[in-house]
Order: sequence, then C-alpha cells, then structure tokens
Amino acid sequence: MSFSVTDPSKGAKWFAGILVVAYAVITLIPLLWIVATGFKSPVDSIAYPPVVVFEPTLEGYVNLFTDRTRATDDMLEAAGPPTTWYDEIARERGTVISGPSRYGERFLNSVIIGFGSTALCMVLGTMAAYAFSRFKVPLKDDLLFFILSTRMMPPIAVAIPIFLMFRNLGLNDTHLGMILLYTAVNLSLSVWLLKGFIDEIPIEYEEAALIDGYTRFQAFYKVVLPQAATGIASTAIFCLIFAWNEYAFAVLLTSGTAQTAPPFIPTIIGTSGKDWPAVAAGATIFLIPVMVFTILLRKHLLRGITFGAVRK
Amino acid sequence: MIHSPMDRAAAKTPDGVAKRIRGLSDRTIAWIFVAPTLFLLLAVNIFPLIWTIRLSFTNFRVNRPNNDVEWVGLRNYQRILNDPDVWATMQATAHFLIWTIVLQVLIGFTLAYLINKKFKGNDLWTTIIVFPMMLSPAVVGNFWTFLYQPQIGLFNYAVTFFTGGDPASFSMIGDVHLAPWAIVIADTWMWTPFVMLICLAGLRSIPDSIYEAAECDRASKWRQFWTITIPMALPFLMLAVLFRGIENFKMFDLVVQLTGGGPGNTTTLTSIDLKREAFEKWRTGYSSAYAVILFVTVFGLASIYVKALNKVKER
Repeated sequence: MSFSVTDPSKGAKWFAGILVVAYAVITLIPLLWIVATGFKSPVDSIAYPPVVVFEPTLEGYVNLFTDRTRATDDMLEAAGPPTTWYDEIARERGTVISGPSRYGERFLNSVIIGFGSTALCMVLGTMAAYAFSRFKVPLKDDLLFFILSTRMMPPIAVAIPIFLMFRNLGLNDTHLGMILLYTAVNLSLSVWLLKGFIDEIPIEYEEAALIDGYTRFQAFYKVVLPQAATGIASTAIFCLIFAWNEYAFAVLLTSGTAQTAPPFIPTIIGTSGKDWPAVAAGATIFLIPVMVFTILLRKHLLRGITFGAVRK
Repeated sequence: MIHSPMDRAAAKTPDGVAKRIRGLSDRTIAWIFVAPTLFLLLAVNIFPLIWTIRLSFTNFRVNRPNNDVEWVGLRNYQRILNDPDVWATMQATAHFLIWTIVLQVLIGFTLAYLINKKFKGNDLWTTIIVFPMMLSPAVVGNFWTFLYQPQIGLFNYAVTFFTGGDPASFSMIGDVHLAPWAIVIADTWMWTPFVMLICLAGLRSIPDSIYEAAECDRASKWRQFWTITIPMALPFLMLAVLFRGIENFKMFDLVVQLTGGGPGNTTTLTSIDLKREAFEKWRTGYSSAYAVILFVTVFGLASIYVKALNKVKER
C-alpha cells in the first residue's frame, strides 16, 4: 500500500511548500543583493530608494582587481588614450590604473592555504581514522574525545602562544605556518567524519585481501582507500570550506604574505570611501566556490557540519 | 559450504585475520597512523593552551618581550572576576546566546517540520536555505553592515518602508538598543539552516509506524505532535543547541565585522573583548587568564550539557 495514514494531505503540502519557499526567498535576498551590487556603479549602489533595475557595469570588478589613483593632467598625458575597456572605466571616474590590487594575491593565498591544509588534513586524518576504526588503539575513546575537544577552544585563546611559537620557528605569516594551523583545526572534523565512513566498509574485504597475501599497508591503500573515496572527497570539501572561510586566525596571525581573502575583503576601499561594488564583487567571487560545493555536498551536509554526530 | 577465502577466514578465525602479523604488527601500524595527528594536535592546540595557562599567571606583554616578566599568581583572575565590564560583556554574550538559540530553534524546527511534509521540489529549496551557513561569516558580516546602512541599506529601507520611520535617522547598528538585535538577526539568518538540518534528521528518524499506531488509537494530530514528534526529536534539538551554543560562545568573525563590538560596548561579546585585551591593549597575561576562564566555562557547560543530553537519549 503506497498510501499511509501519515502522508500529509494535499492542502498541507501546499501550505508547507509556500511557507518554505517564502523563507528561501527571504534568505536569498541578501545573497542576490551582494551579486547585484557587484554589477552596480558606485552611484547606483548607494541610491535611495535602493534600485533593483540598473545598468550593469563591470566597474566593481575593475576596482576590485586594480589600484587606481586620481588622475592629474600630467598622468593622463603620460598614459595616452585609454587602451582597454577597464582603462576606460577608470578614466571615466577621473582615475588611472596604477597597478594590480592585492585581491588577486589574497585570493591565491586562500587557494594555496585552503588546498594545502585540506590535502595534509586528508592524509593525516585518513590514517588516524583508519587506525581508530580498525585497530585496538589504547585509550581510543579518550583520544577521540580529546580530538573533538580541540574544536571547543576559541581561536583567540590560543592565538598569542601560536604567534610566539610561530615567530620562534620562523613560521609567522607564512603559507606553511597557516597550512599547519588549519590542518590542526580541521583534523578533529576529518578524523571523526572519516572514521564514520570507514566504519561502514565491511571488514571482510580487508580480511580477504590479507588472506590473498596482501600486507596491511597494501590492504589499506588497495582495498580500503578506493572504498572510502566518496567519504574522503566529501570530508575534503568540508575541510576546504572551513579553511576557506576562516577569519580569526587569519586576521590575528597574518599581515602580508600569507593573508587570505576573508580579512582582506572588508578592507577594500576606493578612492573616495567605501567602494561597495568592489567589496560585493570580491565577496561574490569568494562565495561562488562554496555555493557550488554546497550543491555537490547536499547528501553529506548534515554529517559534515555535525562531525558525523547525526546521520541523514 | 566454504567457497571464498573470505568465508574461510571467517570460519577458521572468529576474530578475523586482523591480528595476524605480516611485516609490521597491527599495534605498530596503529601508532604510526595515529601519531602524526596526535603530534600536530599537541603542537598546535594543547601546547599553546598550556602556554596560555602559564602566561595567565604572569604580567607578560607580548609587545614588550624584553621587560621583566613577573609571576603574579592569581591576580589576573582576581581582576577579571571583579571587573564589572567583563561581567557586562558576559551578560551581552548570554543575551546573544539565548536569543539566537531561541529564534534559531523555533524557526529551524518549523522549517524542518514543513519540509518534512515532502512537498514537490523541497530538496531544491532546502539547498537554497542552507547557503548562508556555508559562507564566510566575516564576509557575510561585512556585507550585512551594508544592508543595515542608514538610508542606503536594503534592510534599513525595508524596515522604514513598513514602519514609516525616517530612513536617514534609523540605524540598526548605530543605535545602542538595536545593535544587539542587528547581530541576532544576522546570526539567525546565517545559522537557522543548521538547526533546520538537524531537526530534519530528527523528524526523519521517527518511524511512520508510530504515527500509524497513534492514528489507530484515534489520537489527535495535536496530541501526536506533543507525545510523539517533540519527544522523539528532542535529542536532535538538544544536539543542535549544543553545537550552536559552543559556536556562538566563541563567536568572533561575524560580529567583529558587523558592529566591531559597538556602539559603545553594546555588542562586545567575550571573544571581542578578549581580542581587544590581547591584541589592542597587549595585556597578554591578563588576556590569557581571560581565555582560560572562557575555555573552562565553555568546556564545563558543554560537559554538563552532554550528560543531560545522554540522559534524554537513553529515555
């Protein structure tokens, strides 16, 4: 029988659907506003009442990726006629492009630190999770709880000793330092999540492989790793998202070479005050990867955000 | 009947072959596999924590490292616990925690309840609702300041449009009474989906047969909701509260970008206050003691709460 007494009526479904869609639309408005603001001119971005229909421009993106200075007559003469469309946009505002902005660098730092820490975290996390899942590790439960509890610490509480330690080791404001730091921050998540995924792989596969003459290591990487691939991939994306979005450590421990985008985006200013279209453009570029990953992660979302404490 | 090596293994050794030694022993492999993780966590989490505890008994200042470092005993702790400003900060944090949790649980549970009606296309809308919590809180906070701007901000415009206020003088983040609500609203926008997802998992864990039995007993829908749905979903709700509680207790990025703790000190949560002491006033010893107090508080509260949670689960 496909119809059960617990199936909601058609009317109830409609009612629920309308309310949920209404909430989703309200949720989306600030996000769409960010994207839209990125394509507005400075005047449109602060218009009152706020404009919904406007002439799109790439000015925000130009301002995001370039540094500009107020153009004097000498500078205009030296620069000659505008050669590119982005040069032209700058000229329209009475400025000349004086070089690339630091956004590109910061974004690249986010990519390096995000992917670097995720890769390291996956290697260490998979090994530890495998050991916790398959072997009798002494004090297993205590160690697992210890690993989880490292997540409860406010970043600011340990920032000063980490700063002092990194300074002694020459790791301050370096990619390697931030990679190690974010790896440590994410290890709790990856060990817990991966242990859950590996627990689900029947132990018989490895036993069969061992009988066939494989060593433990061979059984691990020839049998278990391929089976755990989906779990490892989704764990990796969660670690990447956390490292990508992290702000507190980045703002406290980096100042130049290794600073990621989150502390940088709010500091973007134009030649005259806060340049909201450029901020919005920076935010949009930064948000897109995470939104794509969210769509890919739909199935594992709950597990990832709750350290596997809840399964869907 | 024994066909495959797998069956043979299972038949011969009930424990499996897991204990069999080939090359390295399993115990050695286990340690090789766990050691790097433990080492990194000890180096980057535990060692700094112990260092923080040590610093909390001194008057060390990180910007004047060459000064004589004096051992001051419990004086830092004494000062913090007697400082009315610290207590005001704690109070602001408590208000923030209570209101965000109440709102997020109410809205999150309602949404989960509605989505559980399995209407057409609910997966798509669920995914859209979940976007905010996946974004960078600092970037989101920064952009909410734009939405809250007097006159030009979209939020500001919408509120004054409906209430008929003056858009130029109405400011969510500039008003001492409204600023705490500004951070509550932004946090709720960002994190309600988290509570919703956990509630949804809770609702989906309730077997249909229980409702069918209740239906046979002619229990009203209302009665079913209070005697089946709520108790069965309660452990999940409590788990959501635990996670949100821990996260919001150490909340920093969203609020620091949104209000920076202002106006005045109205939105100065403990971690923002701690950041000021440590990285603006450079009172390292004092702020270390502050950090230890916060960590002990969150750890203690979380432990008590987890005990309660386990009791509810066992019921």
